[in-house]
Amino acid sequence: MKDLKGKLIKKSMKATARMITMLENQDPSAIEILADLYSLTGNAKVIGITGPPGAGKSTLTDKLVKGLRKKDKKVGIIAVDPTSPFSGGSILGDRIRMSDLATDPGVFIRSMGTRGHLGGLSKATQGAVKALDLYGMDYIIIETVGVGQSEVDIVKTADTVVMVMVPGLGDDIQAIKAGIMEIGDIFAINKADRDGAAKTHREIANMLDFVEKDWKPPIEQVVALQNQGIDNLLNHILDHLNYLDTTNQLIDRRINSSRIEIMELMKERLMEDFIKEEDIQEDLEVCAREVAQRENNPYRASEELLKKVITKEAKNYENH
Amino acid sequence: MDKPIRVLVAKPGLDGHDRGAKVIARALRDAGMEVVYTGLRQTPEQIVQTAIQEDVDVVALSILSGAHNHLLPKIVNRLKEEGVYDEVLVLAGGVIPDDDIPGLKEAGIEAVFTPGTPTGVTINFIKENLKK
Ligand code: B12
Ligand SMILES: Nc1nc2c(ncn2[C@@H]2O[C@H](COP(=O)(O)OP(=O)(O)O)[C@@H](O)[C@H]2O)c(=O)[nH]1
Ligand SMILES: [Mg+2]
Repeated sequence: MKDLKGKLIKKSMKATARMITMLENQDPSAIEILADLYSLTGNAKVIGITGPPGAGKSTLTDKLVKGLRKKDKKVGIIAVDPTSPFSGGSILGDRIRMSDLATDPGVFIRSMGTRGHLGGLSKATQGAVKALDLYGMDYIIIETVGVGQSEVDIVKTADTVVMVMVPGLGDDIQAIKAGIMEIGDIFAINKADRDGAAKTHREIANMLDFVEKDWKPPIEQVVALQNQGIDNLLNHILDHLNYLDTTNQLIDRRINSSRIEIMELMKERLMEDFIKEEDIQEDLEVCAREVAQRENNPYRASEELLKKVITKEAKNYENH
Repeated sequence: MDKPIRVLVAKPGLDGHDRGAKVIARALRDAGMEVVYTGLRQTPEQIVQTAIQEDVDVVALSILSGAHNHLLPKIVNRLKEEGVYDEVLVLAGGVIPDDDIPGLKEAGIEAVFTPGTPTGVTINFIKENLKK
């Protein structure tokens, strides 16, 4: 697209959509543009919606967005679904629950496949957040894949995280609680029209008794399908964002996520550009043989190889 | 794998027949494509806005209601007005009489796949006719 950068500044919908595609495809020119425009981002508040598949995350997102639209806020939505590890394809079906939002000019919805990335989001999700931020969205809601144990990405990408549970998870709560319970700033028990909501509420409350933070995560029972409890849930979200702001924790969270993002980019670049398997193939082959025959060990071999690669690449890097 | 083809599979109008759309969505996924599926009863405007926001390469419309002559050209025209038709391959499938196909092609639907067409034919057509 011609003058993509200028069009992004002018908040063109088509340019924003194309930018996200290019980020997903790891197009270096998109990353360059994002680097140039980075100082214009950071205005949108980012809300993460996570929880097991089928919990009602998409339905809930639809209702939360309608609540924000009533307050005249513009909202971007990033809905992530799993990519099939076999075909590399995916069915991105979250929009089914958000049909009414498709023609709202104050809403931009983008569906993404994980494309092999673990952790509940795709590698390009952070970039897509920046693109929607540039597009002028006041809030950006990210719906994660929801595969259970590995929803760790959302914490470093979102300012506030809503954990969506449903009644009758029973033993699953026990399994989920390790790790997962710590990431929720707010707990929504969706499908409260079903039996067992009160029990699930008590179980979550018991677990949260062990949380030692100033912010005590609220628990809200909701029925997303019937728009019940949504106003309360939205208030908790806005309260939490406000709490982060007034206690200076928003910036702390963002410093933390920036730290992680920089480290990740460095690691990625090291792995992709410096430690290319094809470049060290011969040495690697020799080392692998030696290690297999117990003439060397993998610990020392990796150190030796690394030293070799780094000295060689350092020279190239300076010339580049 | 690094640049999967993105396809919007949509059901325009008041048509509740969704088996074919789901069959197509799965077949395209299994062929390595990213398929945005919007569910039933989409208006032309919803389809067009979704196609833009999702930046899809293909808009695949499934219609069995008989309203194809009315709805499909409308969608093509809106895509043209939004300036995205030149970049998006627009296909249709479902119960569409042979006699109606030339008119639909004239209107800008690039191909029509009726019952009995093996999904492999559609997949190949997409791969060979992408516009961008
Ligand atoms: C099953 C069926 C139903 C089911 C639908 C269940 C569901 N959830 O889908 C039920 C019972 C609900 C139903 C209801 C009705 N039906 Co009905 N139904 C059928 C039937 C028998 C089969 C359709 C089907 O599922 N086929 C299997 C799928 C896999 O095939 P397919 O959809 O054709 O898709 C294939 C291709 O067409 C193509 N394809 C389809 N879409 C796309 C899209 C793209 C992009 C591509 C590339 C390819 C592609 O690929 C698919 C795989 O090969 C057809 C008759 C027929 N033989 O087609 C009538 C038929 C479609 N129904 C018809 C009618 C009239 C109705 C009702 C109005 C009946 C009534 N009076 O109440 C209602 C309306 C429902 C509604 N709200 O829209 C008529 C439509 C007439 C017309 N077009 O002029 C048909 C043709 C029967 C007839 N001969 O009269 N129906
Ligand atoms: N009974 C009931 N069903 C709901 C509720 N919210 C969502 N659902 C249904 O749960 C299913 C999964 O919803 P979806 O939003 O797609 O879940 P996601 O996978 O977490 O995004 C759908 O069939 C919804 O209609 C609710 O409050 N009560
Ligand atoms: Mg969902």
